[in-house]
Amino acid sequence: MDTAAITLLGSALLTLLALTLVCGALLGAASERFRVQEDPVVESINALLPQTQCGQCGHPGCKPYAQAIARGEAINRCPPGGQTTINALAELLDRAPATLDPSRAKADRDDVPRVAFIREEECIGCTKCIQACPVDAIVGAARFTHTVIAAECTGCDLCVEPCPVDCIDMITPDGATDRPSWPLPPDLPHSALWKQSLIATDRQGETR
Amino acid sequence: MIQAPPHPLSGGIELATHKALSTRTPIATPPLPDTFVIPLNPQAGAPAEPQVQAGDRVLKGQQLARPRGPRGAPVHAPTSGTVRGPVVRPVPHWSHQQAPCLLLEPDGLDRWCARPAVTDYRRLDKDALMDVIREAGVVGLGGAGFPTDIKLAATRGDPAPLVIINGAECEPYITADDMLMRERAEHLVAGFAVLRHLLQPEKIMVAVEDDKPQALAAMEAACAGQTDVQIFSLPARYPSGDAGILIRTLTGREVPSGTRAAELGIFCCNTGTLAALHQAVILGRPLISRITTLSGQALARPGNVEALIGTPVEHLLHFAGLRESDMHCLIQGGPLMGHSLHSAEVPLLKTTNCLIAGTRAEFPDPDPTQACIRCGLCADVCPVNLLPQQLYWHARAMNHSQLQAHNLSDCIECGACAWVCPSTIALVQYYRAAKDAIQQQQAKSAKAAQARQRFEQRQLRLQAAEEEKKARRRLAARLRQQAQPPQTAPQQATAPASLPDEQRELKIQLSRTRVQLKKATRTLENLSQDSPDAARIRQQVQSLQQDMDQLQARQTPASVQPSGSPP
Repeated sequence: MDTAAITLLGSALLTLLALTLVCGALLGAASERFRVQEDPVVESINALLPQTQCGQCGHPGCKPYAQAIARGEAINRCPPGGQTTINALAELLDRAPATLDPSRAKADRDDVPRVAFIREEECIGCTKCIQACPVDAIVGAARFTHTVIAAECTGCDLCVEPCPVDCIDMITPDGATDRPSWPLPPDLPHSALWKQSLIATDRQGETR
Repeated sequence: MIQAPPHPLSGGIELATHKALSTRTPIATPPLPDTFVIPLNPQAGAPAEPQVQAGDRVLKGQQLARPRGPRGAPVHAPTSGTVRGPVVRPVPHWSHQQAPCLLLEPDGLDRWCARPAVTDYRRLDKDALMDVIREAGVVGLGGAGFPTDIKLAATRGDPAPLVIINGAECEPYITADDMLMRERAEHLVAGFAVLRHLLQPEKIMVAVEDDKPQALAAMEAACAGQTDVQIFSLPARYPSGDAGILIRTLTGREVPSGTRAAELGIFCCNTGTLAALHQAVILGRPLISRITTLSGQALARPGNVEALIGTPVEHLLHFAGLRESDMHCLIQGGPLMGHSLHSAEVPLLKTTNCLIAGTRAEFPDPDPTQACIRCGLCADVCPVNLLPQQLYWHARAMNHSQLQAHNLSDCIECGACAWVCPSTIALVQYYRAAKDAIQQQQAKSAKAAQARQRFEQRQLRLQAAEEEKKARRRLAARLRQQAQPPQTAPQQATAPASLPDEQRELKIQLSRTRVQLKKATRTLENLSQDSPDAARIRQQVQSLQQDMDQLQARQTPASVQPSGSPP
């Protein structure tokens, strides 16, 4: 190997080294400069959760559950969100949609929206429910009657347990069930005919 | 003077109209029923608040209920009589809904209440004129029941609005507007004058389908000499009478998605609404009656009637000679966009333009639904250029983002796609279900966003309060330190630490046991004596009591020592 070749190789190596250093410095600076404070995955998961902050998933709020999901926890632990939320999460995270975890679902719960209601004549003004409410939907002060702002209540029922005189009920607000919604026609999707009528390309489309 | 529309209708279907059934006789007036049923829940807006009480005697045209929200219309007595109720009665709704209704038993005298003196409306302040229209309870009679004064107010700001009078009654069977134009064209023309005064429109366009030659001729004769009125003869093709489609065929302009015609400076109303406006302003009569088509093969005398709002449907059907054994279905509205009624006891609403008592031969049960064969006929007929097949797949999967991307919200639910579908898929029902689901989902997300904001704000507030507390403690500690003489400082600093770990542990344990004991005692008090849990909890209480005594015994000698130390 002659000197020219060695020089050429050396200069190439030096150039590469210089490039590596420059790029590394740039990347390092960029990672410092554009550091993302919040995990974007957590943010997008959190955006799909119903924000009732009810803790039924076993986490102290929607965001902690979003973080847990991002770490790999099951997506079917949110009873207030129901199947819609599970499906949305499954689509976002490309996981298999599941049905609601039965251990999380409360037996007496259905899809009817509920809000807390304080029987004001029984309220002793202890402020325990105010401290429990995750969305500040209860107004009142010590030794003064408390009341729930129905429009802000998420129906998480976290205020029911701490009440020492049991004066909080979960009620269905007026007008919540007045307007019936159209049902999907009960036809093909549930019939055997539908499964038979799928052709190969349909099947692909469905699993994708 | 009669012109062809300048722009073609895209899509649409040609239907057997069955209109001749109900146009043979002039508009009739049925006798008063035994009881009127007046729903307090109107089509649009919040339920109205009753102004009268059970047992009150009211006069014809007297206001019975006031709207609670801005999007409602007042309700008036259709005749004089005695009010009963409110009671919950079935109302015309696809879901077989029941709603609070006032009942009115007519006294047979049909006496009018004092009506505001008919003055020259041209001298009336325009805002006062709008109040007259609102107080008369005028709503869109074409189907949506939207208060007309709100629609007028939205167009009033426009410098040169366009008025479109919709006489294109494109659904089969319905002939109410046709008969109105044939018999009362001069009322409509008087209504034009009111609209001219209120809106100063550039032009007034009247659209009538070409299968109504008598209505066209009557309108042309009545409008003779009015240079700003243009009459258009539309090809009879369903759904040419939809407001958005009509605006497109007449002006070539498209009402953008999510907006109303008023934003383009167009006031579009039904002929029936214009007649109601005329009655409210010129005759001072509130909207208590409307022209309704009674049709179908199960009626011996089909025709149009001027029916009072609140008349039970069965009363009208019997007036038209209902053969009950022949009736297979009862439809309110047209056969494509209407819905079937579950009971003939429901009342006639302001928006009931047609009642069809159909026989089995007329309305056979649909064939069983089969799988979509992707023929594309639905896309050919869609008058608003959507892709019904794509919408169908996505609606079945409830894929909201795809449905929105395919502009589901622009679907006018005309039913043309379902009509031509060779697999008889109930497409419109899928779209309605999907629209409802999307609406609910949006409401939920809005609520979730609000809850999230409140939750985060609360977290921030709690955190700030915690930090403030810490800062205050630090400050207090520093102040104490400064206040202490320097020689005692080391002693003071060691004092809290001098409390031995064992002691602290004991203290914590003691307070924990005390709380548990208290709780158990309370539970015991609440339980009945013979409850199986009682014995267990009593035992628990005893053991806790022992624990506590022990702890106290261990703590007492020790605790003397720290209490003697400097504070």
